Amino acid sequence: MNEAVKLHFVVDGDDFTSAGQASVQVKKSLRQLGIAPEIIRKVSIAMYEGEINMVIHAGGGEAEVLIYEDRIEICLTDRGPGIANIELAMQEGFSTAPDNIRSLGFGAGMGLPNMKRYTDSMHIDSKLGEGTRILMTVKL
Amino acid sequence: MKIATIKELLDAEVVCGEELLEKEVYSACGSDMMSDVLAYVKDQAVLLTGLVNPQVVRTAVMMDMVCIVFVRSKAPTEEMIELAHESGLVLMKSRKRMYEACGKLYAGGLHGNGEQP
Repeated sequence: MNEAVKLHFVVDGDDFTSAGQASVQVKKSLRQLGIAPEIIRKVSIAMYEGEINMVIHAGGGEAEVLIYEDRIEICLTDRGPGIANIELAMQEGFSTAPDNIRSLGFGAGMGLPNMKRYTDSMHIDSKLGEGTRILMTVKL
Repeated sequence: MKIATIKELLDAEVVCGEELLEKEVYSACGSDMMSDVLAYVKDQAVLLTGLVNPQVVRTAVMMDMVCIVFVRSKAPTEEMIELAHESGLVLMKSRKRMYEACGKLYAGGLHGNGEQP
């Protein structure tokens, strides 16, 4: 595999029940590529959390997964409201999700910390009123 | 513990994945917060929950879990059953409440984080 394998998804922000579809698809594709199960789990959990976040907070967005020989990159881009205080958002338990999202089983303030936990590096670029771009890397 | 034993201990009804009941599981977790479930990873695990939506199944798929038990007689939707079927997950429902269901499995030897009894 000399060139990166690229997977691209549009994450629909209107329907919470469909949130996670892209991550399920990524998991299947990584399996087909013969990636190790523990790597697949890391990538898919990190992407799933990110996908759920985009649906809850940003009205959807785009997800791109690039599979290189030595690493997998997950890039999530949205045009949502942006993150006001990234340091605070990274704290476990801090959440701005509305109550209706909590009743669906999310919004415990674990999303961003989990994304960091399951990846080897994570970079957040966010501007208020413009959107957020998150780049995560998992080493192979 | 075999998934069949979980069915027995919880007096549960299998909704899908009847053919997978002989699979062994080594750990379990009980939660209605999927965010918390995602913070916890262990192979071959069982999820006990009273939450019913497609994200419950997707969360279990992401975590490589093998069985979901819906407590308090909650029934999964057709969409959830289809998702579970595609991913090779067992779904079952039990009349027991969360506390009792977790207690029965723990007492039966299925511990929280894969630890030995």
